[in-house]
Amino acid sequence: MVAYVIRRLLLLIPMAIGMVVVTFGLLLIIPGDPAAVLLGQDATPEAIETLRNTLGLNDPWYIRLWDYFAALLQGDMGRSIFQNQPVSEIILGRLGATIELAVVALILATLIGLTLGVLAAIRQGSWVDTVTMLFAQLGVSMPVYWLGLLLMLLFAVQLGWLPAIGRGVPLPEAFLAAVTGRPQVLWDSIGHIALPALALAANSAAIISRLVRASMLEVLREDFVRTAYAKGLRKGRVVIRHALRNALLPVLSVIGLRFGALLGGAVLTESIFAWPGLGQLTIAAISQRDLPLIQGIVLTFAIVFALVNLVVDLLYAAVDPRIRLG
Amino acid sequence: MTMRLPKAFTNVSLVVGALISLTIILLAIFAPYVATHGIEQMDMRNRFDGPTIEHILGTDNFGRDLWSRLVFGARISLTIAVIAVTASAIIGTVVGLVAGYFGGWVDQVLMRITDIFLGFPAIVLALAIVAVLGPGIMNVSLAIIVVAWTEYARVVRSTTLVLREQNYVQAAKALGASPARIIFKEILPNALGPIIVLASLGLGTAIISESALSFLGFGLPPPAPTWGWTLAYGTRFMRDAPWLSIVSGATIMVTVLGFNLLGDGLRDVLDPRQLSRGGGKSAKAK
Repeated sequence: MVAYVIRRLLLLIPMAIGMVVVTFGLLLIIPGDPAAVLLGQDATPEAIETLRNTLGLNDPWYIRLWDYFAALLQGDMGRSIFQNQPVSEIILGRLGATIELAVVALILATLIGLTLGVLAAIRQGSWVDTVTMLFAQLGVSMPVYWLGLLLMLLFAVQLGWLPAIGRGVPLPEAFLAAVTGRPQVLWDSIGHIALPALALAANSAAIISRLVRASMLEVLREDFVRTAYAKGLRKGRVVIRHALRNALLPVLSVIGLRFGALLGGAVLTESIFAWPGLGQLTIAAISQRDLPLIQGIVLTFAIVFALVNLVVDLLYAAVDPRIRLG
Repeated sequence: MTMRLPKAFTNVSLVVGALISLTIILLAIFAPYVATHGIEQMDMRNRFDGPTIEHILGTDNFGRDLWSRLVFGARISLTIAVIAVTASAIIGTVVGLVAGYFGGWVDQVLMRITDIFLGFPAIVLALAIVAVLGPGIMNVSLAIIVVAWTEYARVVRSTTLVLREQNYVQAAKALGASPARIIFKEILPNALGPIIVLASLGLGTAIISESALSFLGFGLPPPAPTWGWTLAYGTRFMRDAPWLSIVSGATIMVTVLGFNLLGDGLRDVLDPRQLSRGGGKSAKAK
């Protein structure tokens, strides 16, 4: 297992280098003088020259790439052009909200996906199966921002059950408050995250449910499941203890991949529900063409995604010996 | 690629998906004939109309006809989707064929590069690219291609790994055929099944990405009646005219659903899994 962990960690290095190169490349593909393009038509020649110096545009690209690497290794992502603040500080201030949203959505997606997938598989061919898979097909095809709007329209505007926009106290703090006798803080936080997380989760829930169904159908035909029934075990026990456990393996790796999709989806969900995370920051940075900030955000998304995949791979290897030995 | 027609017609996903996709494509092609109004034609007496005989899907705050805007919007979405899918499929297929056929360090390098691009959330990289390049049909397509090609590369590579061990490929090699000839004449025709399935699903994904970009205001700029922007614009009038956003979103969903069903149906009928089950002989029958 140790060898596997080391091998997997070493793989992360070329991957991270590649991601930095791609992120750096964003600056190279700007047509014309990046400084002039970024500052817009009204910029003075002096301002453009200053920005050229700040971005190091007067140096050849390989020197800039080297400097970019060197700075990144010290945790320096450059300074935002418009907010006059280090990019890393701006991003760190927002990262928590996005991770919270993505994690809650991932948990929701997994719970919904597992339940629907198992139900559809054990009732294969029945109306339960048909309806579930119809929902899954719709969930896969639905734009996340549209679902967000519909949920907001129904639960916030029409019924008034949940707040339409914004975020409550961060969940970890809210839990702490609940423990110390202020449960309403926690309820407020849950109320705020419910709609954006559900909107974000739907697509992944649909994909997971289809996968769980297919995986379960395959496992339910295996000999050991027949043996379990032959031993006289109840159906519920066979499905949960024997079949689901084995069906979960292929699903696990996909759940990790879904996290990347959830991070991307968060950009859209956050812009609808005014969730103060990286997604909103992305939109603002792109509207202003604040390139250092855009590069920092793109790289942060990629690194977080890579780390999550690392954790999933390690978990996978811990559960399935065939991986770490193969 | 064996496809028996009677089997194809009994596949519900395939038939429904093909019907929806075909309808949308025809509407887009014949947009000038099926649109009842101009996309910018204002009708101030009928602002915020619900569905009427004159405006079958209602109107917005300038009395612009939603139906007409949506059928012209279909042209934009489909054009970008077709460009993005064609380019992604070509790039990804070539990468996958080369990686799978040559193996070794070529495979390692190409697949690590694929992993790197797959490691970015698609919409984030797409937004960044549109931000630096500016809007436009080619730039939006490019933003989608940058991540989309990776899926073809991975799938085609694994199909190639199976195919290159087949007897007819080994025979061609023994006869002294060049790698290029083997890859494009022997392997590619037999790897087409999965590529077609991915392309159909990819059209749906590309439409979702394009409409997401235009929803955020980074797609084709107005007056282009993109679906995403029509939806986003409609949210300003959620109380007076909720149907503007609801109908635009439903249009996107139904279109994507069509291509997804088509892809799923094609997968069932073409059964690319046959290859990995060692169905070498039937795979060559074409």
